[in-house]
Amino acid sequence: MANYSTNEFKGGLKVMLDGDPCAILENDYVKPGKGQAFNRVKLRNLMTGRVWERTFKSGESLEGADVLELDMEYLYTDGDMWYFMLNDGSFEQYPVERKALGETEKWLKEQVVYTVTLWNDNVINVTPPNFIELEVTETDPGLKGDTAQGGSKPATMSSGAVVRVPLFINEGEVLKVDTRTGEYVSRA
Amino acid sequence: MTIDWRPTADIETLRDRARLIAEVRAFFAERGVWEVETPVLGHGGSTDLHLVSLSCEATTPAGRERLWLQTSPEFHMKRLLAAGSGPIFQVARSFRDGEVGGRHNLEFSMLEWYRPGLDLDGLITETDALIRRVLSSDPGSLRRRRYRELFRESLELDPFHEPLEALRRLATERGGLDMAAACRDDCLDLLISLVIEPRLGRGGIDVVVDYPASQAALARRHRDPEDGEWVASRFEVYLDGLELANGYDELTDAEEQRARFKEDNAARRVEGLPEVEADERLLVALEAGMPAGSGVALGLDRLLQLALDKDRVAEVMAFSTPRA
Repeated sequence: MANYSTNEFKGGLKVMLDGDPCAILENDYVKPGKGQAFNRVKLRNLMTGRVWERTFKSGESLEGADVLELDMEYLYTDGDMWYFMLNDGSFEQYPVERKALGETEKWLKEQVVYTVTLWNDNVINVTPPNFIELEVTETDPGLKGDTAQGGSKPATMSSGAVVRVPLFINEGEVLKVDTRTGEYVSRA
Repeated sequence: MTIDWRPTADIETLRDRARLIAEVRAFFAERGVWEVETPVLGHGGSTDLHLVSLSCEATTPAGRERLWLQTSPEFHMKRLLAAGSGPIFQVARSFRDGEVGGRHNLEFSMLEWYRPGLDLDGLITETDALIRRVLSSDPGSLRRRRYRELFRESLELDPFHEPLEALRRLATERGGLDMAAACRDDCLDLLISLVIEPRLGRGGIDVVVDYPASQAALARRHRDPEDGEWVASRFEVYLDGLELANGYDELTDAEEQRARFKEDNAARRVEGLPEVEADERLLVALEAGMPAGSGVALGLDRLLQLALDKDRVAEVMAFSTPRA
């Protein structure tokens, strides 16, 4: 991979740091009045999801990371691995470990397209779409006439996620949910 | 992709900018400091280790030549001083390669002025007055802070005497990067940038004085009354964590200047950077005699950013470089 110098660090660039692939989030140039300039860089470690803040001497460089983000459709799980398929018409399948799946496990639905991050051809992360439509499989019975009041109750969705929903929602309904916050948006 | 043709500052802000720059001109006119214009393209670049000059090739009466975009109007203005100009100021477009960020832009407006016969204290007072004239609200009182004092307060160490190993360890720890082989000045630069600068200029204007002699650049040096240590006769002005200005008791000794250019280039060789030819015309002008006095360079865009309550210099520029 090519090396990237601090002045090429842009949001989204993938680089290697301490052996892990990272995505640059922010890059701030700091320089005392007369003297050495530094770059304060925020990076997301793509293996752990943690955000790192590091300082570099301006002009230093990091090795690029062979990271690809691809759209893939979720197929099925055999309990050990979860299988995704490239949706570019190639039908190429990628097995994913639970560790790489992380929190996304509770947002899985067949035929939905996820963003799958590959590093050196291994899946290291799966990101769900921002909004997903899921069926309610379990919740207390709906309260009629309570469509305007606040109040919420837990509902278990077909993917396993538990979402706070309004009191009027019933089992079997399909809801639109924001996967970033885990919040109910509307009836689908 | 749509092409964004609009300015990075809104029209209202650009009108305010014009009004404030007129205020700056009035300030100097009242004080008998006259405005000059000097070249953006010159035969000499900056030897400063930490500045990257841009250059271009152009046809001049001497044929095809390499010319340097000036990193500040300093050398040309000093030649005017040597020619007997008296007090002068300039709003000069200046260029520094690689300086990209919220408080930097590849090209920017430097407000630079020179005061023959005025000492550093006098110039600090004048710089403070100029800043207050441009700001719409009272920034609080002026506080004079010694470089050593700042390190003692914030980091409990004396920047001049702390063992280099301890400085390297601290810089490594605070910066999260490997500073094990860094020189003393790089360690101090890192610590002041990350730890001290963000706290400066809060609730008042901070003027930092008595920098290490190794960071004198084009300023004279004097003995620190505390223990006779050599320090640089220069100051920097901070407001809201932003470095606004850099002032010098100007070096007028041609031999000393020549030696510093040589030191710069020696340091450039060590760092594997290209050498920059010293500006011979400046050296000859100093030999001819430049009156003693002080001068200061102020980042006009940053001052306007603060005056107009913006977060980034781009917001007070018609078109910052990405949109230029």
